[in-house]
Amino acid sequence: MNELWIIGTAALVATSSSLLGCFLVLRRMVMFGDAISHAVLPGIVIAYFLTHNKTGFPVLAGAALTGLLATLFIQFFNRKVRLQIDASIGISYTFLFALGVILISLLGPNVDLDQECVLYGEIAYVPLELIEIIPGLSLPRQFWILLLNMLMVTAFVRISYRYLKLGSFDPAFAAGVGIPVALWQFALLGGVSLTTVVSFESVGAILVIAFLAGPPATAYLLSRALKQMLYLSVAFGITATILGYYLATLLNASIAGSIATVIGVQFLFAFLYVRLKRNSLLNTPEVHEIK
Amino acid sequence: MIKEVENPVLETHNLTVVYDRKPAIWNIDFTLPAGSIVGIMGPNGSGKSTLLKSIMGVVEPNSGYARLFNKPLDAVRKRVSYVPQRQSVDWDFPASVLDVVTMGRYPHLGLFRKLRSEDKEIVADSLEKVGMLAFANRQISQLSGGQQQRVFLARALAQQADLYLMDEPLVGVDAASEHAIIDLLKQMQASGKTIVVVHHDLYTASEYFDWLVLMNTRLVASAPLEEVFQEEMLRDAYGGQLTSMSKIAALLREKSFPMRHK
Ligand SMILES: Nc1ncnc2c1ncn2[C@@H]1O[C@H](COP(=O)(O)OP(=O)(O)OP(=O)(O)O)[C@@H](O)[C@H]1O
Ligand SMILES: [Mg+2]
Repeated sequence: MNELWIIGTAALVATSSSLLGCFLVLRRMVMFGDAISHAVLPGIVIAYFLTHNKTGFPVLAGAALTGLLATLFIQFFNRKVRLQIDASIGISYTFLFALGVILISLLGPNVDLDQECVLYGEIAYVPLELIEIIPGLSLPRQFWILLLNMLMVTAFVRISYRYLKLGSFDPAFAAGVGIPVALWQFALLGGVSLTTVVSFESVGAILVIAFLAGPPATAYLLSRALKQMLYLSVAFGITATILGYYLATLLNASIAGSIATVIGVQFLFAFLYVRLKRNSLLNTPEVHEIK
Repeated sequence: MIKEVENPVLETHNLTVVYDRKPAIWNIDFTLPAGSIVGIMGPNGSGKSTLLKSIMGVVEPNSGYARLFNKPLDAVRKRVSYVPQRQSVDWDFPASVLDVVTMGRYPHLGLFRKLRSEDKEIVADSLEKVGMLAFANRQISQLSGGQQQRVFLARALAQQADLYLMDEPLVGVDAASEHAIIDLLKQMQASGKTIVVVHHDLYTASEYFDWLVLMNTRLVASAPLEEVFQEEMLRDAYGGQLTSMSKIAALLREKSFPMRHK
């Protein structure tokens, strides 16, 4: 049973991140996820300072708020100051992260808090804390939160599909037909930062980043249409979760680390597949005749 | 030489866009007549793309404004079609030719409305007009530059607008495609549309356009072709670079446009 909860929880993160990650990959903004996982530090520190608790709702809220703040900064630098998107991301998250580091040192040396608690979650603990939100249905707390997040992300992608697609392919055209491109981008990035924040306690931010970048990149190599890319990405994310879990039990290694490894291997296979297919195409007699 | 028209289809007033403290366009003020094919010309970096973007609200002007059909842009969005520079998008995006042309219907459909058979017909018809119907299911990453350009044109046609603003639709297009595209623009003109085209080639400009806008950050000229296509005007726009100047002189002789001497 525990096994099922762990895989299920990770699969929820995989689904949300792999969906949103597709749009980040297409907009060349994948490192936004990485940025958020650092940018949330000051929010966590302040929430910890106020509640003396490393987990739970206040920390989640603090992290979510700083995540959205970072998103606002990035949009502001990119749109209003007209700074390139990578520079906007870089300057915003290093600033917020530095702020967090300073806050930690202000709180004194005996504060047991650092970036580690964000970067590495502990998925093996997921099944330990059950709560009953719907009467009679007692599920792990993390599972509830991530289920809600996954439903929200899926609904968001489903509803805004056309505008997300147009805004990713041709933002100038999208703006020209009157779509508020900046607002949709903010919604997308807001979704990514919420997903990162609600996931780090269970799977850790690094695995979220791996999900945001890996399955979408693998799907991108193999897809001819955006819808196909979204479906494939989720499929790769979930398969990597399942295979990764059993790899971890086999090797007695970290679950998150094993999942991330499988994600990398998937990409490698897709890359080799595409290469081989292209080469075999080049070696067909027709092509030689053309030469 | 700046000529004003009555009931302009497009007018700009003191339009100014500044990037990083350096103006890309400065105080652009012109009116364009309906039903014409207008060329916007000027050297690289003279602000042609920025002009179109600020008219379409893609970049916010630092000052000034544009009016279309004597109304603010938001009131007439569906009557205006903007074709960005082809190089401004990533052609490795996972989409087919059909997908991209269908995007031209999005403004009419919004987020939720399903593609009606009428929309599908419009899309197919637009593809047909640019000669790309046979390529409908082709990946956009597998198109040549000229084919990409045609796809962008088809998407614009699918918008069924009355005013078209096109950024360099003839760049990287072979002679046959260029003729096909110009024929298409002339047909659109004949059915009452106004077409504004950013263009680079001085040699062909005189054949394609009725009206010419010359710019170099500032507006140099906006008037009927014959009145603008003169050495001093072109020199103003192109800044008197030697190579382009001698070309222009030769060109004017070739086309036997009257040269004015001071
Ligand atoms: N996003 C931007 N950020 C900063 N400067 C920009 C930006 N876009 C354009 N510029 C600058 O504004 C000026 C005008 O650029 P614009 O692209 O409008 O020229 P153009 O006439 O379309 O040139 P081309 O013929 O090369 O397409 C140039 O000096 C350019 O460097
Ligand atoms: Mg340009």
